[in-house]
Amino acid sequence: MVAIVDYGVGNLFSLKSALDRIGMQAIVTGNAEKIKAADRMILPGVGAFGDAAQKLRAHGLDKVICDEAKKGKPLLGICLGMQMLFEKSYEYGEHEGLGLLAGSVVPMKDKLPQDLKIPHIGWNSLCFTGNAPSLLFQYIKNGDFVYFVHSFYADGCSDSLIATAEYGIPLTAAVQKGNVFGTQFHPEKSGETGLKILRAFCDA
Amino acid sequence: MITKRIIPCLDVKDGRVVKGVNFKGISDVSSPVELADYYSKNGADELVFYDITASFEGRKLFTDILKEVAKTIFIPLTVGGGINTLADFDRVLKCGADKVSVNSGAIKNPQLIYDAAKKYGDQCVVLSADIKRVNGAFHVFLNGGRIDTGMDAIEWIKKGVDSGAGEIVVNSIDTDGVKKGFDLPMLRAVCDAVSVPVIASGGAGGIDDFVTLFQTLPQVDAGLAASIFHFGEVTIPALKAVLKQNGIPVRIEREF
Repeated sequence: MVAIVDYGVGNLFSLKSALDRIGMQAIVTGNAEKIKAADRMILPGVGAFGDAAQKLRAHGLDKVICDEAKKGKPLLGICLGMQMLFEKSYEYGEHEGLGLLAGSVVPMKDKLPQDLKIPHIGWNSLCFTGNAPSLLFQYIKNGDFVYFVHSFYADGCSDSLIATAEYGIPLTAAVQKGNVFGTQFHPEKSGETGLKILRAFCDA
Repeated sequence: MITKRIIPCLDVKDGRVVKGVNFKGISDVSSPVELADYYSKNGADELVFYDITASFEGRKLFTDILKEVAKTIFIPLTVGGGINTLADFDRVLKCGADKVSVNSGAIKNPQLIYDAAKKYGDQCVVLSADIKRVNGAFHVFLNGGRIDTGMDAIEWIKKGVDSGAGEIVVNSIDTDGVKKGFDLPMLRAVCDAVSVPVIASGGAGGIDDFVTLFQTLPQVDAGLAASIFHFGEVTIPALKAVLKQNGIPVRIEREF
């Protein structure tokens, strides 16, 4: 059973549908006991970092997720959910993240060549880093396309970086450290490739 | 590398996909779920659904179909048509839409763009504008191109982006249904004015029109079309193969 953490941010219909499609039992829940009882956790999220982190804390779920992850339960953060795995975000101010991964979330503005648009919206190809691909990529190939929508990106995370996407600069596309996984892109919106990544997370 | 997006647009009325030529003479084409699945399997990068139903029952039917589509395919879905309030955003986002396209609803209430962007994020709000030349100036039109608002289109789009619109769909009424190519001068004017992604709509008659679009205006992020895809005049794998041959970056998931 996969717990899709519901803390009142974003649209979870597609993610639940994608897990249904690959035959994974999943529940959308904000209940701490149900998250503890699940085998795996997915932390989704869209919108602003500060607001989302505050909602997660208001529901008391930040501690539950961190405790479960530290016990070894596989966790996948998606988009803003991935950004929240890090220590800090500088999205409109300075906000504390979950601190499960080293690094911080910074704006693309002023970092990209002038002619590139922000947000980074669309299908971009994955560039695996490191010697061997992460377990998350066991069913896909280097260079496969995934769907991104974001204006901020994770920086200073070389020890967990498993893939980048080229957009003037190499943007952090996916991270992993042990049982903690994160994708900046939306696997639930990335066609067959995305479903294979979700499958891999469920098998990891 | 980021790729140019190819986006089929499905106009839905009473649960069926229809397509107007110059917004008139609508004819029934196919089932939205089947067509969406077909496009997804054939390399569409995104789908746009326009709800052109007027009745309450029709709206309910549309969201039921949207849910079915979102359960079947896993690429970005944009929904437009009948979006006048935040409650309308909520209604379609809960059924699996990723982005919501506003047109006349934003003209009647410009605050809608700001409120929606604040609540759901800029990336969620697409401003779609029906634009036609009037005495050499670009004007925004209402009701599928029948009513001239008198508003300057470029100023309107700039204002929309300032309010939080994260993407712009430029639909040229002058070239829509004519099938002689996208409206390059109009698109250039919009691209020069804003820095958010711009989607070209109206006028695609064949593969060459997409090549010309992306070669002439590399600032354009996506090309949207309906009838040429629905009637099979252009298939997306063939289109993407030609774009790739011409050095235009596209997503090709598998070899056809």
